[in-house]
Amino acid sequence: MAVADVKISGAEALVARHPAPASAAKWANEARDGAMARLRAMGAPMRRDEYWRFTNPAILNADAPRHATALVTDETPVFDGFDALRIVFVDGVFDAAQSSDLSGEPHLSVEHLTDALATDIHWAKDVFGVLEAAGQTPVDRPFAALNTAVAQSGVVIRATGPVSRPVNLRYLHVAEDADAVIHHVIKVDDSATLTILENGPAAARFNKAMEIMVGDGAEFHHVRAQGRDHDRQCVSHMFARVGKEALYKSFTLTVNGVLTRNEHVIDMQGDDASAHVAGACVGEGDFHHDDTVFVTHDAERCESRQVFKKVLKSGAVGVFQGKILVKEGAQKTDGYQISQGLLLDDDAQFLAKPELEIYADDVACSHGSTCGAADETALFYLLSRGIPRAQAENMLVLAFLGEAMDEIADDDLAEEMRGRVAGWLERHSK
Amino acid sequence: MLSIKNLHVKLEEEDKQILKGVNLEIGAGEVHAIMGPNGSGKSTLSYVLSGKDGYEVTDGEATLLGDDILDMEPEERAAAGVFLAFQYPVEIPGVGNMTFLRTAVNAQRKARGEEELSAGEFLKVVREKAKSLKIDADMLKRPVNVGFSGGEKKRNEILQMAMLEPKMCILDETDSGLDVDAMKLVAEGVNALRDAGRSFLVITHYQRLLDHIKPDVVHIMADGKIIKTGGPELALEVENNGYADILGEVA
Ligand SMILES: Nc1ncnc2c1ncn2[C@@H]1O[C@H](COP(=O)(O)OP(=O)(O)OP(=O)(O)O)[C@@H](O)[C@H]1O
Ligand SMILES: [Mg+2]
Repeated sequence: MAVADVKISGAEALVARHPAPASAAKWANEARDGAMARLRAMGAPMRRDEYWRFTNPAILNADAPRHATALVTDETPVFDGFDALRIVFVDGVFDAAQSSDLSGEPHLSVEHLTDALATDIHWAKDVFGVLEAAGQTPVDRPFAALNTAVAQSGVVIRATGPVSRPVNLRYLHVAEDADAVIHHVIKVDDSATLTILENGPAAARFNKAMEIMVGDGAEFHHVRAQGRDHDRQCVSHMFARVGKEALYKSFTLTVNGVLTRNEHVIDMQGDDASAHVAGACVGEGDFHHDDTVFVTHDAERCESRQVFKKVLKSGAVGVFQGKILVKEGAQKTDGYQISQGLLLDDDAQFLAKPELEIYADDVACSHGSTCGAADETALFYLLSRGIPRAQAENMLVLAFLGEAMDEIADDDLAEEMRGRVAGWLERHSK
Repeated sequence: MLSIKNLHVKLEEEDKQILKGVNLEIGAGEVHAIMGPNGSGKSTLSYVLSGKDGYEVTDGEATLLGDDILDMEPEERAAAGVFLAFQYPVEIPGVGNMTFLRTAVNAQRKARGEEELSAGEFLKVVREKAKSLKIDADMLKRPVNVGFSGGEKKRNEILQMAMLEPKMCILDETDSGLDVDAMKLVAEGVNALRDAGRSFLVITHYQRLLDHIKPDVVHIMADGKIIKTGGPELALEVENNGYADILGEVA
């Protein structure tokens, strides 16, 4: 079969494995149909696609997920210590009993995806499938199109003012073969603020998409801890459109998982906006972690930062593909990108593909990528002060991840993330 | 306290002998100084004693209070009481100075079977010692040595020494890069630690430091060996005449 045919039949296979959603409002049906048409046109991803060269999509394309056992632990779940509004999904399905009562929270409205999509006139019409569709150019993201076309789970959230409590989307995993698709639609109105926390593996295989519209002068904070199940597989997409003087901040912590592909597509459309995307991951053995980021500057004086740090050990692979596109007229753009791999032994690998594409003349963009082992001189310094080797190494790993953790605006949330990494390191240095 | 016998050390990676039979006996409570031309092996001796990788002991021994230290891991030597104030203190971005100090103090206490210091107790002690070395709160909060001036780094070494209260303190050119006032501070810091149960090995190029930290014994090292040992007057001789005479004498 020719490549194109393989991709097309692959797309059909992706479609076939999910039940067709029930008919919804006209606009929603059209959005889903549009996504389905996009998927069929672009086909399933393949290893030879430019953005899949470092990550094999096979287990994401497969008819069924690889079985993954849910991790059993007596540790308190991530974010438990925070006064958050919880929305709980079990194997991808909303669980009302475990979720908070969300009515009455000032400046916040939350609906189920299916309810919103069944409503004839809804603001979500301007976001659902719209940001995802825009994010398909110039790079195809077939799993995101699939998500829009078939997702029947998720929430539609609108912040109309400063929402004081964070909304915690918690994804529990039970069944070994759970294959979850979740799609969230978020709108932060002009000058409103919202914090979204996400944690948990969600399923054996998880396809998550989130579309976020950040209004003028609005703030959106996102902190995510992807679940610790060793065999979990995940592909996630965040599509954001950032308005004038708005702030978009996202941080992801990943520990364990056989395959994680986190894509971020950020479009800065209003002047003087800021967007920061950061990620820290630690993995050992059968662990493949890919961050694929595309930031577009389409307005003046916007600032963007990408900070990705990966700690890899015994066969673990880290991938970073990050791009800054500065469009014509996006003067005074300040773009920064750093990706670094810390290899704890000779058997780990870090692959980076940083890209800059600039069509404005008055911009400051910098990017860097490094990869290496722990600093022996620093390690000896710590040892010479009596700090045991394992503890000294862990201190250096935490220090290495520091720049990514520092991107979390809230100190308590940053501390929560540091504590989780420290816990992982302690368990793994025994 | 420290006994070094016929110590021979070569580089692990290449066939280069650096220490060629060092003998040194430092009694409890004594201060010894080592002077010697550049490249004679002074820092190498300090690294080998503290356990840095990259060196191979081909002959000889080194014991601290009778225990063979060359067989120990660096962190075990530290817990046993060896401390090296580095010629070039290391910058560690991302590790807070205070966290580093507390981790080190408590790791050593734990290794010795002592109770760890609480955050409050630790803070009290560190503040007091930092104050006498004119190290301000801001320097304690910053990452280890990052952005510190040369003199600040050296004072930070002495602060670590004061916190860890080692038995055998090795100071590698702690005076270099210090202005006159800072040198006095550092010397005061060292003198405050002088004790019948604590010994010092002070590596320096200048008599000046030895005006403040009075040595009991002065050694001259050249080409990987101690070639002359004497009293404080030996340091004055070097200051006035350089090494030529001494090297000539021995040759
Ligand atoms: N890791 C190394 N690799 C190569 N050469 C080394 C290494 N360590 C030490 N040497 C060499 O060994 C010799 C002794 O070096 P060392 O640093 O011990 O001298 P020193 O007496 O401390 O000198 P200085 O007074 O300049 O500080 C020098 O010739 C140095 O170049
Ligand atoms: Mg030296």
